[in-house]
Amino acid sequence: MRPGSQQGGSRLTYVIVAVVAIVSIFPLYYTVVMASHTNAEMAAARPPLLPTTDFFANVKAALALAPLNKGLVNSVIVATLVTAGTVALCTLAGFAFAKLRFRGSGLLLALCIGTMMVPLQMGVIPLYMLMARIGLAGHLAAVILPTLCTAFGVFFMRQYIAAAVPDELIEAGWVDGASPTRLFLSVVVPAARPAMAVLAMLTFLTAWNDFFWPIIVLSSQNPTVQVSFQSLATGYAPQQSVIMAGTLYGTVPVLVVFAVLGRQIVGGIMQGAVKG
Amino acid sequence: MTTISPPTRAQRSHRLPGSRIAYAYVAPFFAVFLAFSIYPWLDTAWVSLHEVRLSTYDQSTWLGLGNYVNLFSNPFFWNAFRNTVTIGVISTVPQLCMALGIAHLLNYRLRGRTFFRVAILMPYATSLAAATVIFLELFDSKLGLVNWALHLVHLPAVDWQGSRWPAQIAVSTIVTWRWTGYNALIYLAGMQSIDTELYDAALVDGANRWQQFRHVTLPGLRPTILFTIVVSTIGAAQLFGEPLLYHNGMPDGGTQGQYQTLGLLMYQQGWTNDRLGLASATAWTVFLVIVVAVLVNTTLARRRDRQGTLSSLAPKVRL
Repeated sequence: MRPGSQQGGSRLTYVIVAVVAIVSIFPLYYTVVMASHTNAEMAAARPPLLPTTDFFANVKAALALAPLNKGLVNSVIVATLVTAGTVALCTLAGFAFAKLRFRGSGLLLALCIGTMMVPLQMGVIPLYMLMARIGLAGHLAAVILPTLCTAFGVFFMRQYIAAAVPDELIEAGWVDGASPTRLFLSVVVPAARPAMAVLAMLTFLTAWNDFFWPIIVLSSQNPTVQVSFQSLATGYAPQQSVIMAGTLYGTVPVLVVFAVLGRQIVGGIMQGAVKG
Repeated sequence: MTTISPPTRAQRSHRLPGSRIAYAYVAPFFAVFLAFSIYPWLDTAWVSLHEVRLSTYDQSTWLGLGNYVNLFSNPFFWNAFRNTVTIGVISTVPQLCMALGIAHLLNYRLRGRTFFRVAILMPYATSLAAATVIFLELFDSKLGLVNWALHLVHLPAVDWQGSRWPAQIAVSTIVTWRWTGYNALIYLAGMQSIDTELYDAALVDGANRWQQFRHVTLPGLRPTILFTIVVSTIGAAQLFGEPLLYHNGMPDGGTQGQYQTLGLLMYQQGWTNDRLGLASATAWTVFLVIVVAVLVNTTLARRRDRQGTLSSLAPKVRL
């Protein structure tokens, strides 16, 4: 079995782990409470601990204040396209690096790994000017294009394919006259499916939660949901409950996905940590 | 799951397809990468040597190192630099230590382990925008739960917005809340790839739990720990969203700039003050700071390695 796991946890272990879990979840729960109470109620000597049905009225008020629905739709579009593009392009490049021989492949792979550390933030000003010049500033494409394929994704897929697809299988197919594209579609993709799923989940979360670049290149008229939160925080909401209700409304979709796929996402992050 | 080491050139079969089409497969990645990472990154260096405005982007005036001279003689820069360092330390050091402890506990055979793992990852799923808006309310001087709790234990209320250290602690809390669970899972994965036999050997030698953690787990985790330190350092150097939204979307980092980071300063210079050259100089300075910080971290880790605490390839139990 796993190291350490022969040993059961003591009672203290459970207590500490439970406290950590509560600290992790409580702010999210308390957001529902804050979203259902007026400032006066929150300022009371004993703040409320339970939500009320006022929550729904406050969501409605938040929707009037910030373009949250538009933001949600845009975020779904952005995250879906980025995920589809990243998984497809990174798997393809990962296959080439793992299983094909071509001149300069070592150098190109080193370049790919070396640049995982160059943050996008470094180049926002020319990037913005580039997007403005090609007429994409304010468009979702400006958010989608730069993250359509990531160095991390290429490296992650390369590591997985190198280990999961036996060289003999590729050789046999090659000798039998299958083209690289054929090998990719009928040998590599089926074998790499688990890693593709992991990459898809991680990419979707990252794209959904991306903040820095979208807030620069998008306007509040055409925001992703993260950008639309800013209209809530800077808008003149009279009650914090409205801000909280709006924030929760925009966060619930990803929390629902997380509740359903949480186990797989946990597995994916742990797999990515060992492989990446 | 075991660690996969990349096959060396010698191990690679020579009968694998050698094909030109491979270039087509890697082309999309390099196209995206050249257009949207490398080009902007290099162009930022060029812009940083010029006086540039948004409206007249193409008619820039050569300044040489003028922007850098200007930057380094600017008290706002040094304020932002200091804040970036202090917030970076407050937000990453406790975070990684806690993550290590949590991972160690989660590595025991626990009932409900899946629940705990998903629970500690919930903050990671919450976007930084949502998390900041939520914590802004929790830290509110009048309505916030934090000051209420302080009152409960007869402590005076704290101005989490206006005073420097409380504000920096509040911003760091948001970062810590979001990333501790994620890093704990990374550590847990690292712990589970440590060879079981090392623990058996330690048990035979009569090591208690703390000694096992100190002499088996920690050395085995060294590469993972280094990885998280590097990633956290890069993140901390670029901290932007949390302090921006903590002051309702304004890039000044509080009325006195008490939590303005270099990321915010760059945004303010570029987008509020329309001084793109100066903002680019800040960007390159941040990049150089990152490079230096990462080099220092890795060198320190290597030096400790040489002392023999760990060789990750052939770990030994040392009691």
